[in-house]
Amino acid sequence: MNKPSDTGHRAEGALTRRDFIKRAAAASALTLSAGALYAGLYDGRGPQPGDLGKVLTGLGDFSVQTASGQGRMAIVRGADRAAMLERAVTALGGIEAFIQKGDRVLIKVNAAFATPPSLGATTNPELFAAMARLCLAAGAASVTVTDNPINNPESCFALTGIAEAASLAGAGLIIPGEGMFSPLTLPGGKLLVDWPVMAGAFKGVTKLIAMAPVKDHARAGASMILKNFYGLLGGRRNVFHQKIAGIITELSLLAKPTLCVLDGTRVMLTNGPTGGSLSDLKAADTLIVSTDPVAADAAGLELLERTISEVPYIRMAEAAGAGHADYTRLNPVRINLGA
Amino acid sequence: MPIVTVRRISQVFFLILFFWLCLVASVGDRWWQLRGWPVNWLLDLDPLTALATMLSTGTLYAPLLWSLAALVLTAALGRFFCGFACPLGALNQFFGWLGQYSSKPLGRVRANRPRPARVIKYYLLLFLLACALTGTLATGLLDPLPLLHRSINLTLAPILDSGSLILSFKPRHYGSAWLIGAVLLAILGLNLVIPRFFCRFACPLGALFGLLSRFAPWRIGKAADHCGECTVCEAYCEGACSPSGTVVTGECLMCCNCLERCPHGRIRFDAKPSAGGEAPLPDLSRRGVVMGAAAGLFTGPALRLGGLTGPNNNPNLIRPPGALDEERFLARCIRCGQCMRACPSNIIQPALAEAGLEGLWTPAINYRLGDSGCQVNCIACGQVCPTAAIRPLTVDEKRGRADFAAAGPIRLGSALVDRSRCLPWVLDRPCIVCQELCPVSPKAIFTRTVFEAIRDGRAKIMTASQDSLEVAGLGPVNAPLAGGDYYLRRSGRQQEALRRISVFEGNRIGLVKAPGWSAPPEPGEAVDIVVRLQRPYVDASRCIGCGMCEHECPVAGLRAIRVNSENESRSRRGRLII
Repeated sequence: MNKPSDTGHRAEGALTRRDFIKRAAAASALTLSAGALYAGLYDGRGPQPGDLGKVLTGLGDFSVQTASGQGRMAIVRGADRAAMLERAVTALGGIEAFIQKGDRVLIKVNAAFATPPSLGATTNPELFAAMARLCLAAGAASVTVTDNPINNPESCFALTGIAEAASLAGAGLIIPGEGMFSPLTLPGGKLLVDWPVMAGAFKGVTKLIAMAPVKDHARAGASMILKNFYGLLGGRRNVFHQKIAGIITELSLLAKPTLCVLDGTRVMLTNGPTGGSLSDLKAADTLIVSTDPVAADAAGLELLERTISEVPYIRMAEAAGAGHADYTRLNPVRINLGA
Repeated sequence: MPIVTVRRISQVFFLILFFWLCLVASVGDRWWQLRGWPVNWLLDLDPLTALATMLSTGTLYAPLLWSLAALVLTAALGRFFCGFACPLGALNQFFGWLGQYSSKPLGRVRANRPRPARVIKYYLLLFLLACALTGTLATGLLDPLPLLHRSINLTLAPILDSGSLILSFKPRHYGSAWLIGAVLLAILGLNLVIPRFFCRFACPLGALFGLLSRFAPWRIGKAADHCGECTVCEAYCEGACSPSGTVVTGECLMCCNCLERCPHGRIRFDAKPSAGGEAPLPDLSRRGVVMGAAAGLFTGPALRLGGLTGPNNNPNLIRPPGALDEERFLARCIRCGQCMRACPSNIIQPALAEAGLEGLWTPAINYRLGDSGCQVNCIACGQVCPTAAIRPLTVDEKRGRADFAAAGPIRLGSALVDRSRCLPWVLDRPCIVCQELCPVSPKAIFTRTVFEAIRDGRAKIMTASQDSLEVAGLGPVNAPLAGGDYYLRRSGRQQEALRRISVFEGNRIGLVKAPGWSAPPEPGEAVDIVVRLQRPYVDASRCIGCGMCEHECPVAGLRAIRVNSENESRSRRGRLII
């Protein structure tokens, strides 16, 4: 062994009183800290099955109260999306009625697929950019755009033209990363129970704008504003397809948008929601802007040449309190800019 | 500037260059990500890849012309690449330096003494080249450039990036990465036992450079036979090439330490032969040469005996889009992992057993991992393949458009529905996620609608009007009856139009108005609740095997729709639909 002093032993092998006290103190300190650690982390119950921890109950109500308490809607016919949007927003009282100075606006687009805008499977980038500019012109502190797409996010935002449109318009692009999803349980929800939703994108957000194209969807009947909220879900969300109308109804309660922009300039009549060919599209030359997502979808159905009984989630969302299935009750302003 | 300083600067430069080229091989839209950076430049410099693919394919793929530069410089100057350029050599040298950090001079001399095992790498080279001659390209397993690219791409980069996520938005997955990383760890760790262990004993590229330097007019040697024999040169010799005695020029790694360390300046880099005597190569035994070559000539055919490249192909082996047929593919792939790194979906994986021993670490698609199936407009993998084992497709060729309309799209395989697992087929649940996400137009997945009576779904009518009825005897129903997928059918009236259920509360059932009944059913009559199921079918003549369906199938374990190699474009054998 080493020198005696290293081990605390005297040459004779006996401990000095000083050494003994030192060692006793060190051993006690070790015991005490171990005891403190044990006591501090003691868990008498053991792990619980499905320990839910803290969960959200919603992503927020971003709707704007109107004087009449009624929803509003404008239906514009034309071909130039940006011009149609501007006219529609003006008809609803101007952008200032919805976006105030300092608002932080999140735009939820449909960027589900890595396909070019011409195929109409995703939110049109020019329309999105026009919306972002309107918000910024109204004094919004920030405009961000997001979606949790089906193909990998970078490709989707790049190919749909939304990434470029965002950077040109001065909007921030939020690409959904692992850390952006938090578990949520919708009060009264049967499907959205402890399910990951993209809460990270909503941090600090004061206004929510939903923008989607009008598309065929074999399972749901149609994919428009409400179905597009699927893109706020994380996880293996496709299990919900077996109760598609139920999940879309719950999505209608997940977040209440300030404004919905439903683009029916080109409508995907067949092969939806992916499309893939220009022959899947029809020119319907219509843009629907509304504060009521259910009404917007109900109006969009007509462009898709479908009836409300073919798309059960619209009535179910109405029953859940998300809006009005009879959109005519909103007295929509109709404007024709000429196609 | 002393030559050793120049060498160190060069090593650091190439090492940084290597890491930079790895970094910019990540997918993204920023300037430092994939956008025309010469990510394969170091792989293209590799004359072993060039020679071996020439043997295995009979051609030299254009970018590999760069390797001529390395070849010519080696023929003139010796193994400068090992000492000045090789990034793995630099790492080996660094770890060897660490291992010898506290060694005394004599210990260093012992560590750097020539060992008989150094001849192994020459036999290994012959073995690999003989394999290549039979069409089995295995050089990439040990060739330091593909080896390091693979190791960094598939293990180090994803591990380092998993916390910060600078390179990718989500943590990347790579199967068998543990083994790839273990090989690199072993190679680096062995330097602590013997410096430059891999370079001295195993590196087939180094062996090739040794052979190429056979006639180099300039080389390291002693200016005078008589020196003090202090062996300081040997203490720092990276190649263990005995500069103080009979120098073995083919083993000299051009570290140039002897030039600087010799206290009397008696070692020089010169066109004159060494005064101490020299040998071009270590003593290779005829037996070893013949064994190496013969083993190679037998190994390739032996690996093919199992018929994996032919009738016994693994149907679960999906190669990336543009991959050549299996035989030609294996004659080219150097397993560098560039395609796996570039794939934005992270579905291209290093094969462990999927492609047999011969296909170890070659790219195989796993649609369960990653972010999506193979994206229809993406051609990244073929664009970064250094040997065109995956051909550099254009988007038009991949999609079968424009000039390629007659050939049709590239098919990776074909999806088939597993009717024993699919929700609408066996679980009475609507689903068709696969149909929804099929990116082909018109969709390759289509549905046929059936109506099936649900379990415990028979009830007796108590009261009935045209659009509403009260029933009794309905079992516990765990289904959203008012969700639009459920209908009412009067028992025994199969021909009558079904009524869609719109309300279900307690025992009351509300019905969608149209189409109505000619007359409401009588109390006491039995009704069945039926579910409308859209069952998916694959139109194999349209399916491109992109795997979007398999990736998204909600049956998360073994998917209920899976792509296998049936009908893949790359092989005529696999043709399914004619």
